[in-house]
Amino acid sequence: MIDLTTDYLGLQLKNPLVPSSSPLCKQLDSVLSLEDAGAAAIVLHSFYEEELIAEDAMAERFLLHAELHDGESAGFMPDHGKYESSIDQYLDHLRKAKARLSIPVIASLNGVTPSGWVDLGKEMQAAGADALELNVYHVAANPTESGDDVEARYLALLTELKQVVSVPIIMKLPPFFSSLPHFVRRLEVSGANGVSLFNRFFQPDIDLDGLEMVEQLQLSTREEALLRIRWIAILRGQTPMTLAATGGVHGHEEALKLLLAGADVVHLASCLLEHGPARLSRILEGIEAWMVEREYESLAQLKGSMCLSKLRDPSALARQSYIRVLDSFTPRPGVWR
Amino acid sequence: MTTYLNLDGNEAAARMAYLGSEVIAIYPITPSSNMGEWADEWAAQGKPNLWGVVPKIIEMQSEGGAAGALHGALTSGALGTSFTASQGLLLFIPNLYKMAGELTPFVLHVAARALATHALSIFGDHSDVMACRATGCALLASNSVQEAQDMALVAQAATLAGRIPVIHFFDGFRTSHEVAKIVAVEPATVRAMIDDSLVAAHRARALSPEHPVLRGTAQNPDVFFQSRERANPFYDAFPALVQAAMDRFGELTGRHYRLFDYVGAPDAERVIVVMGSAAETVEETVEHLVARGEKVGLLKLRLFRPLDTRALLAAIPDSARSIAVLDRCKEPGADGEPLYKDVLTAFAEAAADGARPMPRVIGGRYGLASKEFTPGMVAAVFAELAKAKPKRQFTVGIVDDVTHLSLVWDDAFRSDASRRLQHAVFWGLGADGTVSANKNSIKIVGESTALQAQGYFVYDSKKSGAVTVSHLRFGDAPIRSSYLVEEGMAGFVACHQTVFVERYDLLAHAAPGGVFLLNTPDAPDAVWAGLPAAMRAGIAAKGLKLWVIDAYKVAQEAGMGRRINTIMQTCFFAISGILPREEAIAAIKKAVDKTYGRKSKRLADLNHRAIDVTLANLHAVPIGAAGEGAAPIVLPPDAAQPAFVRDFTLPIYRGEGNRLPVSAMPIDGTFPTGTAKFEKRNIGLEIPVWEADLCTQCGKCVFVCPHSAIRARAFPAEAAADAPPTFKHVPAKSKDFPAGTHISYQVAPEDCTGCGDCVEACPIHDKSNISRLAVNMAPIGPLREQERDNFDFFLKLPDFDRSLLKHGTIPGAMLLDPLFEFSGACAGCGETPYIRLATQLFGDRMLVANATGCSSIYGANLPSTPWTVNGAGRGPAWSNSLFEDNAEFGLGMRLAADQLMAYGMQLVKEMEAEVGGDLASAIVDADQRSELGIRAQRERVAALLSRLAAGSHPRAAELASLAEWLIRRSVWIIGGDGWAYDIGYGGLDHVLALSYDVNILVLDTEVYSNTGGQTSKATPVGAVAKFSAGGKATAKKDLARIASDYGHVYVATVAYGAKDVHTLKAFHEAESHAGPSLIVAYSPCIAHGVDMLYNQRQQDMAVKSGHWPLFRYDPRVEEAGGNPFRLDSAPPTQSIKAFMDSETRFAMLARSHPDAAERLVAQAQKDADRRYKGYQEIAAAHAPAAPKES
Repeated sequence: MIDLTTDYLGLQLKNPLVPSSSPLCKQLDSVLSLEDAGAAAIVLHSFYEEELIAEDAMAERFLLHAELHDGESAGFMPDHGKYESSIDQYLDHLRKAKARLSIPVIASLNGVTPSGWVDLGKEMQAAGADALELNVYHVAANPTESGDDVEARYLALLTELKQVVSVPIIMKLPPFFSSLPHFVRRLEVSGANGVSLFNRFFQPDIDLDGLEMVEQLQLSTREEALLRIRWIAILRGQTPMTLAATGGVHGHEEALKLLLAGADVVHLASCLLEHGPARLSRILEGIEAWMVEREYESLAQLKGSMCLSKLRDPSALARQSYIRVLDSFTPRPGVWR
Repeated sequence: MTTYLNLDGNEAAARMAYLGSEVIAIYPITPSSNMGEWADEWAAQGKPNLWGVVPKIIEMQSEGGAAGALHGALTSGALGTSFTASQGLLLFIPNLYKMAGELTPFVLHVAARALATHALSIFGDHSDVMACRATGCALLASNSVQEAQDMALVAQAATLAGRIPVIHFFDGFRTSHEVAKIVAVEPATVRAMIDDSLVAAHRARALSPEHPVLRGTAQNPDVFFQSRERANPFYDAFPALVQAAMDRFGELTGRHYRLFDYVGAPDAERVIVVMGSAAETVEETVEHLVARGEKVGLLKLRLFRPLDTRALLAAIPDSARSIAVLDRCKEPGADGEPLYKDVLTAFAEAAADGARPMPRVIGGRYGLASKEFTPGMVAAVFAELAKAKPKRQFTVGIVDDVTHLSLVWDDAFRSDASRRLQHAVFWGLGADGTVSANKNSIKIVGESTALQAQGYFVYDSKKSGAVTVSHLRFGDAPIRSSYLVEEGMAGFVACHQTVFVERYDLLAHAAPGGVFLLNTPDAPDAVWAGLPAAMRAGIAAKGLKLWVIDAYKVAQEAGMGRRINTIMQTCFFAISGILPREEAIAAIKKAVDKTYGRKSKRLADLNHRAIDVTLANLHAVPIGAAGEGAAPIVLPPDAAQPAFVRDFTLPIYRGEGNRLPVSAMPIDGTFPTGTAKFEKRNIGLEIPVWEADLCTQCGKCVFVCPHSAIRARAFPAEAAADAPPTFKHVPAKSKDFPAGTHISYQVAPEDCTGCGDCVEACPIHDKSNISRLAVNMAPIGPLREQERDNFDFFLKLPDFDRSLLKHGTIPGAMLLDPLFEFSGACAGCGETPYIRLATQLFGDRMLVANATGCSSIYGANLPSTPWTVNGAGRGPAWSNSLFEDNAEFGLGMRLAADQLMAYGMQLVKEMEAEVGGDLASAIVDADQRSELGIRAQRERVAALLSRLAAGSHPRAAELASLAEWLIRRSVWIIGGDGWAYDIGYGGLDHVLALSYDVNILVLDTEVYSNTGGQTSKATPVGAVAKFSAGGKATAKKDLARIASDYGHVYVATVAYGAKDVHTLKAFHEAESHAGPSLIVAYSPCIAHGVDMLYNQRQQDMAVKSGHWPLFRYDPRVEEAGGNPFRLDSAPPTQSIKAFMDSETRFAMLARSHPDAAERLVAQAQKDADRRYKGYQEIAAAHAPAAPKES
């Protein structure tokens, strides 16, 4: 029996497969089936700051202060005594998940502004969260905001959250930092316990008929794992923090590559949305089979064995490989000649 | 320990009613709706009644239905109650006779309201309860919020003891909506007041198969009369039982009541007898006058039926020589109102018996429809009583210059009680939170001090830009002032909207030396100079202290958007000194936490932050010299305005309606149309700006405009030769127009509400900048004057020949002038575009029957009406009968039109020689289905009239008087879903079942919008509405499908935001169908909990998700051998859930009842799939043939 245990934010996990924040985590039934399928921990769906703001706006306008016009109607909605904000519903879900699951449960916060909503972290901790994932979903589109400002935003939120919780915090990051290792070090200094690489920004599309921006969920592809492999390999050995890989894992192959690069855990979402919880078992089986075949005894042996510092030729992860790869490209016959 | 409550009369009564009931059957009607809503809320919260059980609350389809259900529940052993008012109470009447005849104990709580006569009024008087005095029910009056609670319980105890049903009433609005601090009746008191053995006796009388009896028989002349007399002992005994209940209540609470409470001088010579809230004002005035040595008194009458005349007379001092009995109702043609007659009879009988001398008794009417009744008016009544020959019949509170019945009163009279109170007046907008902040302030003062508090809120009747005036009082003793804060009495006046300084006399209420708080964007040092001169002079003359705050800026900076209520409330407490500042701020914060609680900690934090920064932004402004100032926006009456508008409409608009004398009123409630255009309400902060270069002249912006504030017109280019320089017009793009035709799209800047729906509808964009459309919103400030001139010019452009326009296309139809404009509907209203469309197409020949509801309020609530006329003076003629009878009312219009046309045609035939054979046969044989046909007939009728005038036929005058009926009329029956699906459904169904040519337009908002969002049978499954707090569990009634089953009815479901051409087509087809037509029109409403900017988007989603499939059923197609059913919307491309998630009415269910939400969303999807599949099957049954285009 291979030892697949891994350390994630100081929590001992039975294996490195952790379903990440996705709509699947909203249903207790699906969370339970993920545990049955072998998940080692679970990150609940994200609690979005925007959702809270929109909900507040709705509640304020149509429920709490619905007085609109005349003496005949003081408002249109009935009793809202039972109204619960989505915060309460999230916490309730978290409590139920904690009560029913034996694996660690990580709560996820998603927002961009330090408007007090991170106080929620305290309540998530009280509701039983074993750790918090802070997902700062910020698109830096303002020319007056410098790279340093962007980093400061993350650090401020982390610091704010750190002040109210004692459970570990993992920062979920986008790939758009000019010097990721430097920023990761700053996060470490500010008290982060881990980083999760990388957030997948939902990309709006243009509808050519309606000439409108449309939003749709695009599931990840295997190719997206490559970006994670490179950066995890670069960071492993440069930070003692937990490294979680998220995005592009559809089979055991990507999972293994990320673990070899140095990930402590591998998150799964798109493949589970697409194929259901059984996919997690298959990935786990694939990892084990591959390790058995190559006579690995433990995940600890494998983890990070191909990170930047352990590579015989570190240029494979650096710029030189870019030239080699590009030069090696040969077009299909008939395209050019 | 005494518990105090700060609540309104409705809640006070409902609390008691709820505790003593097992079944509560209700139907919404203003101003009683809140009682049922409270009961529904408590039941939803699982609050038990006195016996630990949650009462069953059931909303019925009408008050008649509620009465029936209640009767059934009562006769089967349950304890029950209901709440109603006005015409709703009248619908109870048939059953009240039954229930009283069967000695059925129950209490009906009534927020007494005027009955619709020459006009509807939602306001308070006793017309409704007085109409019930022969039913056999007891009538018990409450005079205040405290009494509304106390008497509700006394009534319940008495009815159980005496078996006579009780109508417990209090004044609509004045008591039902006044917020006051009262002493709570403790549960133990309720327990002690309700005798369970009487409850058991009621149950023992219940119908039961275990010991069956028969009730509700038919009786013959031999025994009916005796049976009626058999119940007399119960009526004889009842007053004593009510008094016993009052006595028991007094023992338990220390609050002692009598059937007839006398207050005043023990040796009073002049006495007023009155019931209801006016008694409070009279008591306050009596106290004032007695303190000055006047021998006056008041008899507060509580139990009006059964009337205990002995007790009544015993309560009035023998010294009384002159008595005025005041009635808050009118019985036209009678020689006095009911209370007056009864008191007079009591005295006459006593005098005849020699029991006491006959005093002079006079009767007066006061306070109809919440007309103010003040201490000055009470003093005038006492003064009248002191005269040697007082008026036997009088009115007080109005100036009657026609029959000269009114008394003259002193407006400056102030009672001692009034002078002892602190008064505050707040001016706000309906949506700015002023009223809720003030209700909250009353709670704070009431709960954290020993002070008594009172709040009363005056609204105007507009649904957009409505002004609210809050009248607050605080004092040491219970506040009896059941009238508005008087002029010159308010130590604190606040104006929450800067724009009001130019429109209203805000300082009239201010007391000398008081405080005036103004919310203004101007810097403190610039405020004074920016105030109108009259206001500066007023401030200086009264020595007011001026404070200012830029509340919108503070709100914005605190992250609260445009919500200023907490900020203005903080200012009130900071300046008014009612509470110590720190204590007040702590209390406001506590109230904020209570409001937001777990609902949103974030919002609570934002409010706390706003409160903290408010004081730093509140500035005292030094009072400068009065100086010169800008002229107010509301201009003095213009000589160009019609006299009626100048003398009647505009004074009401300016708030001067109370000063209009009786002679200024139309005699029978008939008004000219076309008056809304004179209001110029200027409520839009932004208005649309037309980009002529981009525009394709598609007309969509005109189509969606809820207020007809964006118009299109075609005209010969030369007509614009003298146009103002900024007037935009371009050559018509369509080749259908004569050469040289120009088109202009013009905004009515002062009538636009700024909803932005036109911009949302615009399909055209700048190819290089997607956000620049052919119409874009811009701040009104710099545009107001120029666009006002442009719109004036636009209106003066020559009428374009309607026959040259393509009525079947949107661009063509939108060039037709609307005859419905600038209504008081909400910004972004989803109903009004349908009405406007009908008037564009058929307005010059429309007769409109309009059911009571939103459309009757925005359509005809004074001061003005949006229904208007075309250049020839023709336009829709409109009337509202009731809520429930609209289809029948419209059918009557049809019958009259048909009958008089038939009579006219008969005369034409009879007078063929006189008229001329060709003309006569052309008139008789005219095809008037189309507009051209009608136009031709109009010309023939004109010719007919001139021939008749030239001739000498003895019946010429008769035919001339009928000539206008020879022109076909288009009868439109318009109303909302509450009418069509619920209360008026029986009549609607009957009219559909007949063959008459009527066009029925159902403006389906899927909820009772006007009364505040109660469930109707149009409410969809899963929607949260009042009485469906847990989400409506059953599917919406498919009214259109049901109607189409008749086979001869033209039916269409439309949603212009999804498919405007389809809507247009349906209107043409409906109108041209010679039988009944039904258009069920999807009408997004603010009650859906979605910003009305997205009105069209929501319609589109409703159609694309299958929530609102579009279809037309045209019997003419079947006659032509085709399938009459045509499914006009494609199979759903979106899920019902996506649609439901976008509206608060559905989305909030996930927050309040998550499990139900999931289940009902699935149910909604299933229903939508089933409905669409059903339609597909009908559509596929026969290949559709195209109906003939109109």
